[in-house]
Formats: sequence, C-alpha cells, structure tokens
Amino acid sequence: MTAPATAAPTELPSYLEAAHGPKSWLLTRDHKRIGILYLVAISVFFVLGGLMAVLIRAELATPQGDMFSSDVYNRLFTMHGILMIFFFLIPSIPAVLGNFLLPVMIGAKDLAFPKLNLTSWYLYMIGGLMTFGSLLTGGIDTGWTFYTPMSTTFAQGQVLVTAVGIFVAGFSSILTGLNFIVTIHRMRAPGMTWFRLPLFVWAHYATSIIQILGTPVVAIAILLVGAERLFHIGVFDPKYGGDPLLFQHLFWFYSHPAVYIMILPAMGVMSELVTAFSRKRVFGYHFVAFSSLFIAVIGFLVWGHHMYVSGQSVVAGAIFSFLTMLVAIPSAVKVFNWTATLYKGSISLQTPMLYALGFIGVFLIGGLTGVMLGTLGIDIHVHDTYFIVAHFHYVMVGSAIMGYLGGLHFWWPKITGRMYDEFWSKVGALLIFVGFNTTFFPQFILGYLGMPRRYHMYPAEFQTWNVLSSAGATILGVGYLIPVIYLLWSLKFGAKAPANPWGAKGLEWQTASPPPVENFATPPVVTEEAYAYETSAPAKEVTVGV
Amino acid sequence: MASEARPAPLAHHFDDYDQQRESATLGMWLFLAQEVMFFGGLFLAYTVYRWKYPAFFALGSNQLDVPLGLANTIVLIGSSLTMVLAVRAAQLGKARQIAGWIGATMALGTGFLVVKGFEYHHKWVHHLIPGAGFHIEGTTDPAAQTFFVLYFCMTGLHALHMIVGLGLLAFLVPKALRGDFSAENHNWVEGVGLYWHFVDVIWIFLFPLLYLLGRHHA
Amino acid sequence: MLPNAPVFPPVSSTLASKVDTLFFFTLGVSVLFSVAIVATIAAFIVRYRRRRADETGQEIKGNTLLLELAWSIVPLGLVMISFFWGASIFFESARPPADAWSFHVYGKQWMWKVEHPEGKREINEFHVPVNQAVKLTMTSEDVIHNFSVPAFRLKMDVLPGRYSTAWFRATKTGTYHIFCDQYCGVDHSKMVGKIHVMEPQDYKRWLVSGTSAGGAVASGEELFVAKACNTCHRPDSSARAPVLDGVFGKKVALVDGRTVTVDESYVRESILSPATKVVQGYQPIMPTFQGQISEEEVVQLIKYIRDLPPAAASGAPVAAPAGGQP
Repeated sequence: MTAPATAAPTELPSYLEAAHGPKSWLLTRDHKRIGILYLVAISVFFVLGGLMAVLIRAELATPQGDMFSSDVYNRLFTMHGILMIFFFLIPSIPAVLGNFLLPVMIGAKDLAFPKLNLTSWYLYMIGGLMTFGSLLTGGIDTGWTFYTPMSTTFAQGQVLVTAVGIFVAGFSSILTGLNFIVTIHRMRAPGMTWFRLPLFVWAHYATSIIQILGTPVVAIAILLVGAERLFHIGVFDPKYGGDPLLFQHLFWFYSHPAVYIMILPAMGVMSELVTAFSRKRVFGYHFVAFSSLFIAVIGFLVWGHHMYVSGQSVVAGAIFSFLTMLVAIPSAVKVFNWTATLYKGSISLQTPMLYALGFIGVFLIGGLTGVMLGTLGIDIHVHDTYFIVAHFHYVMVGSAIMGYLGGLHFWWPKITGRMYDEFWSKVGALLIFVGFNTTFFPQFILGYLGMPRRYHMYPAEFQTWNVLSSAGATILGVGYLIPVIYLLWSLKFGAKAPANPWGAKGLEWQTASPPPVENFATPPVVTEEAYAYETSAPAKEVTVGV
Repeated sequence: MASEARPAPLAHHFDDYDQQRESATLGMWLFLAQEVMFFGGLFLAYTVYRWKYPAFFALGSNQLDVPLGLANTIVLIGSSLTMVLAVRAAQLGKARQIAGWIGATMALGTGFLVVKGFEYHHKWVHHLIPGAGFHIEGTTDPAAQTFFVLYFCMTGLHALHMIVGLGLLAFLVPKALRGDFSAENHNWVEGVGLYWHFVDVIWIFLFPLLYLLGRHHA
Repeated sequence: MLPNAPVFPPVSSTLASKVDTLFFFTLGVSVLFSVAIVATIAAFIVRYRRRRADETGQEIKGNTLLLELAWSIVPLGLVMISFFWGASIFFESARPPADAWSFHVYGKQWMWKVEHPEGKREINEFHVPVNQAVKLTMTSEDVIHNFSVPAFRLKMDVLPGRYSTAWFRATKTGTYHIFCDQYCGVDHSKMVGKIHVMEPQDYKRWLVSGTSAGGAVASGEELFVAKACNTCHRPDSSARAPVLDGVFGKKVALVDGRTVTVDESYVRESILSPATKVVQGYQPIMPTFQGQISEEEVVQLIKYIRDLPPAAASGAPVAAPAGGQP
C-alpha cells in the first residue's frame, strides 16, 4: 500500500500524445492504438450493416416486396449478416475493448506479440475491404451461411471474393485469440494470480480458445466451397458424390461457438459493470469464471442443434439437444450471480449500469428462447422462422451490443480521457432498449405463426407484426445514432476524465486517463483480489508501486 | 563465434529473456493447435467419404505411387532431423552451423516438393485431376472423383505449408549468418522448427491414409 | 388498414397440439424465471441504491456453495424435462405410422411438386384427406429446400441426392400454408403453396376429377424396359444382376460384409451410384444412371420395384439391384 497512483502518471505523456500523424497510427504497435483502429473500423462496418438492416425492415413493412427485387433483397440480407457477424460482432468487444484493456488489467506493458496484433488489424481490414468490394461489385446471394450446393453451384455473384475476405478476416480473429492467451499466461504482473484476474479477462481467455480452435474449421470449409466453385469439383455437391450435410457440420462447428465469441466477452463486461456500479465483490467469482470456460468447451459440442431438421439422424439430434441443454446452466449461473452481486451493494444507475441491466433483460429472453429452440419438439416448428431470427438477435444484437456499448461507456473516459454527456447517454440507452424490444419481440410471434426467415414477400396476415417491428427499428436506429453524436462531441468538448471516474477497482483505473504508452508509470504489483470493494474505500486503490 | 554474435534484442514489453522465449513457444504451439483444426476439417471429410465410398477409395489409392510416397516420407523425416540439429546449433549459439543445417533442411524440403510435382504431373497425364476431364478405369460414377478431390486438397495444402516453411527457413539463413541468434534468443529458429515438424507430422498421417489404406481392397 | 393480426397459428394436426403444450410449458417456466429475476433486481436497485458518493457495498459472509449448487441444479432439472419431453415428440414426428399413405414431394427452384399414391400430381397445391396419416418422401432437384406447414408444426429439409421423410395426420379441414423454410435462391419467398385438408369422400371425388399437373412421367414399368434394366434384372437372365422381385423391404448382404435394408434410399442409390453398395455374389458392372434419369423417374422405378411380387420359387438369390449391364 504505497504511493497513490494518481500522482505518478501525470509525468508521462499519454498514448494519444506520445506520437502524432497518420503513420504513428497505421504503424503503431501499441495495443491501445490498435484498439482505436479497430474501434473506427468496426464502427464503419456497423453503420454499413445497420443501413442494410434499415432497408430490410423498410421492405418488410409491406408484404408484397415493392421496394427491391427479390434478388436485391437477398443480397441485402446476406451482406447484412456477413458484415455484422464477421466484421462487427466477432471483433467488437475482443478487438476493441479487449485489445485496449486486457494488458492494462493484468498489469502488462503490451500484448505478447505487438507486431502480430497490428498484423491482425491489417488482415481484418483486407478481409473487410474484399468483402465490401464484393458488395460494390454486386454482392452475393447465398445468405451468410453459405449452404451448399446453393453457394457452390447455384448462387450468383462474388462468392469467391467474399469467401476469401471472410477467410482472411478469420485469421485475424485466430491471431488475436492467440495473442490474448499468450498474454494472459505469460504477461501478468507480479501478484496477479489466476484467481485475481478480472472476470473480463477470464471471459476473453475462454473466447480466445474458441477463436483458435473453431475459426480454422470454418476457414477450411470456406476454402473447400471456393475450390468447388472455382474448379467445379465435388466436395459438397451431391451431383459428384459430395455430401451437403458435411458442409453444414463444418460450418456450424465454428459458427455455433462463434456465438460465444460474441456473447462471452459481453458477459465479461457485465461482470465488470455490475461490480463497479454496486461497489461490491462479484458473487461467486469462481463460478462466474469457470462458467465461461464451461460454455467455451460445451459450446464446441452443440453445433448439431442447427441441423435438427436437416436430415441428420434422429439420434444425433437427441444427443445434440441434450448437450445444448447443458449450456443453459452456466448461462443461468452467470445471471444469478450478477443478480446476487446487487444484494447489499451500493447501486448507482449511471449509463454503463443501465446497459448492464438492459443486458440482463434481453439476455433472459434470448437465453430462454434458446432453450426452447434447443428443445427438439419445439424446434421442429420454429426452426428457420422468424422465431430464430428474433432469438439470435436477442443474443447477438441485444445482449452482445448492450455489453459492447456498456463497456464502451464504462471505459470511454479511460480510452479517450474525456467524459460524455450524462443525460444524453441515458436517453440513448433507454431508446436502444425500447427500440430493440419493439423491433425483435414481435418477430417471436411471427416465427411461431410460421413466417419463414429470409422471405422477401410474405402472406398479408403477417403484416401487423412486421409493421410493428419496422417501427421499432426506427427507434433503434435513432437510439444508435445518439451515442455516435455525444461520444464524438465529448472528444472535443467533454470534461477531462479523472483516472478513476466511477470509483471502480481494477488496475486500469489505477493509471492515468488516458494511460501512458507502457500503461503504467511504475510496474504494478497486485496484492488484492479482484473487486475488493468492501475491504477498502473506493478512493483508496489497490496497491500500485514497486 | 561469440564475438560476431550481436546482443539479442529483448522486446521492450518483456521483463526478461525467459518471458520472451516462453511467450514465443506458447504462441507457436497455439498456432499449431489452430493448424490441427484446419487440417482436421479435411481429415473429417476424408473419414466421411471413405466410409461412404470404400470402393472408390481403393480404386483411387491404387493409382498412387507407393515407392515415391515412401521415398518422400523418408526425405521429410530426414528434414526433421536436420531441423532439430539446426535448433540444437542455435541453442549452442553456433551461427554457421545453424545456417548449414537450415540449408540441409531446405534442400530436403525442396526435394520433397519436386517429387510431389512429378506425382501431380503423372495424375495430370492420366486424367486423374477432378473436374470435367476426369476419367478413371473401372467406373463412370462421378463420385469416384471424391478420392482425388481429397488427395489434391490434402497434399496440396500440405505442399503449401511446405512452401511457407521453406520461405521461413530462407528468411532465417541470413539472420543466422548475421549472428542474430544466441543461446538466450533463438525463438525464431525454435518456432520455425516446431512448424516444420508439424508439417512433417501431417505428412506422416497423409501417407498411409492416401497411399496405403485399402489399397489391396480392389 | 391492418385488418387481422393473428397471434397463434391454426392447430391442425395431431402433432400440433403436442408441440404447443410443450411450448407453453417452457414459456410458462421462462416467464416465471424472468419475472422473478427482474423483480429481484428491481427490489435490490431500490433497496440498495447508492446514498453517499463514497459508499461501498457490504461484504456478504458465509458459505455460498449451497446456493450456487441450488441455482445450477434446479435449472438443470427443468431443462432436462424440456429435453426428454421434446425428444419424445421429435421421435414421434420422425416415425410415420404403418397405415400412412405414401406421397412423394419434389422441391425445385422455386416450386413444390407432389405426387399422390395413385399417381396424380400437383404443383404448389396439395390435397389430403383429414384424419389420415400421410407420409412424405422428399427430395430436391437442385439446392436444399425445406417443406414446412406451420399449421401442422411440420418441417423437414428437402435435400438433393437423398430422401428425407416426414409425416402428419391432419385433424381439421381447411386450407393452410406450405412454405419453403430453407433459403434457396432468388424466389425463395415465392416457393409457397397451399395444403387443402378435405373430408375423405371429397378427397376421393377430387382424385378422380380434373387432370394431373406437372407433365406426364413414364410409368415405372415403361422405364424399366426403356432404360434396359430388364436385360439383367430378371429371373430368367443368366444372373448377371440380382433379381428384384419381392426384394423390397428385405435385408441383403453386400460384398464388403455390411447388410442394408432395401428401402427407397437404397434403391435410389443403386440406380444413381451402383458401385457404392454391391450385393454379395455380383460384380460392380452396372453403369451409373446419374444425370440420365430425373428424380421423378427414379421414384417411378422405385414404385415399380417396390410392387413387384416375390419371384415364384425360383432359386435365384434374393438381392437388390446392383449388378448388370444394359
């Protein structure tokens, strides 16, 4: 318990002031700057994907499909899915917040492989630009799932370019995961034992395992689709003896765990938010930490629940259903533990906490409908309908983006050194919550009624719910715009952020806002568990000193 | 030799050489784990189609040249040995020996690829390249191509990994001669060595699966 | 402007009510849990709101392991109920009853073709009698489709290169949607149809009225001759190929030691990829008919082979079509 940390960092220039000019950004090896590069890039892809969503919802306000041709509509939803999944959701929390915070949280100067980290960003950009380029030259109409033989033999458009783009971006994701795992294993500060790690770090550790072991499988599947399309050989096309179900197995072996790449980091953010805004140790630290690993492991064994009605064997369906049910347990454990953390806490409803509470709300709905979909007898009715569309938007958009935005608002002062407007940030959070639910809840009803997903036109009796959903999308769109405005505004006009504006625990709050290049003025030594709020007042920090 | 060795660089964000080396090694192992999954997709495809078309796999396997495959297996195992010797030389900090053993590894690796090239050429001449021109004695069923699709995908990806490996080795030779590697810091040699052994191991699986298994079935 | 907004689909098959019951069970449990959690959180937010800027939470003492175990095991029990219940419905939906009538469905970009047991054919319309089990054997002529009837809670992928099956027993007369639920290209959303559930006597009347849609397809018997199957697959030939009479539904041994049941999938595979599963005692000399015969013609051949009476006491081994030369 030596030198208070607030005094020391002021001597060093922050990572933002240490160098200037575009070259200092584009060739940087500082994990914090690379995090910013990702932040800018994924925001652009989010806006693009969001615009497509707006067009889709506008088209679906009427049943007859009068805005676009079916072909254009199909290309829109395909590109919406590809951009949002591969270029926004998967990199969102890990590549932006994880990149920025993970080394700081464990008291390291940088990630283990800074050059590799920059390489990852460039791979991501190359992949993104190829995919976006394919959009400019006509796009593709396979759906983001690339099901064969549709994608290999029948689909129109730039399937090859898009496939290569996703392949390249996949390696960006693999290398980021690799970097994180090595960093967590080898770069922890003295005293930062495994069970003193913030749960954000645990969540990223679990996520990285999936990124490393899952992504290559979809990479090879996409490569084979490309080869089949290019050389007209039979890997998956039954005309040449191929098996289209093999593609689905390979695809979902990654693409189901990919959902956990999106949601686990958001859960990690949740644990940070709930503890910081109730100023209390997380309830059941070990359970929350291990539930992340459990989700990562079991997540690899449940891919077949996407294929209950695909023609795979009935027994396989039953096994996958059983394993799917097991995923519900660690997810439930997390929600219960967050709830219990609030008990006897000192709860403050600042903006990040509003997102955290919103997360619990939408994740409850997303998770519980997931159990329904995992149940064989229900899935045979709602599979491939708007029920599943609503479900995965609740998990991947509702929960993951709530987590992302909550985290962004929580660490924004740390990242930029500026405070944002409190009132407008609360208005934004509220609008996003209301808009999201208005958009996607009606889709559960549509799905149970039987409206299939990816339909450009639909029977007239489904219109009311579709109009409601489209109206919600308008609110949601405005909701997403508001943070863009006040966050950008804060960069210039926001009040200067103190080192620890929330009175939160964790090494990242011990260093200056924004942190210096090597994160700490003096290398930190950790003497406390994570979230030790009760044992010391928030003004006094965990020991940072030599 | 010690006199010509420059002090090995310790990256700014590491505390000491141990941390730097352990990080590099762990990183390489994780990369190889990724590679296992990457090839794993192909091995799964092999398993599925072999189970589905045992007769076509026997037919296809009989078209492969076992002596050439065996020779290549020996060459590749030999190259793993020379690679180990290169790593050993690096651990001892002997710059010229590192370069020499890496050179030997590259020679053997290139030899492997040349033989592979002859095998591919033979398939080309005999219309065994999957696609419109494919023709195999014994059946007109297009599903018979499946074996060759997998043969080319698996050995092709393996060859691609070999080429990448050769590129990495070529990159190491001047570094070794400059004296960049010392007993404390030879992470590059060790990392590329691990990679090279991995590529070798993949072939150890490919050879029996493609050339030997089910050969006498037909 | 927006006249009707149904919240629930019609319940018109024996399966539908079972699926719904399970759905309402899981929905009930879900609502219960959600309300309990949200109410707890709301109560905590009010009760433990921050009162001073430097306030911290109070430490919770004591062993929490029992609590953790409790809230792991209780949800586990509930999802297991959901699993077993759901699996039992799924198994039932996968096994057509013995008295089911056999219909064939072909998916094609972008239409549904249906063939009735009697051979009558329709496109995007499907007439069935009420209270009669109907088995669908389905295949696609191009990409993967999905045959879905929400009112029956019925859904099954329709794949190229293989048969998938589904069945239903409609319980209410009326007209219901058929959707393609698997994205299949440009006009995916136009791959829709209507299923008409009729009283049995109306169905009979409908069957004999009007003409068959979808063009004429040669009968199995004609095809058997036209494709020269009969030159090898016949009791009096010099046994270059197995005799097919009465073989349908039986088990046969293959050259590699496996056995297969001669069903629709196996006969189909033997026509299109004859070298894959050759019957013991025969050479793989039959040429493939891949690309030379349509899926609908394959079905005609299967129906013909299925209905062949058992060979009259000839000594020929009972076996499946796998050898032979045209």
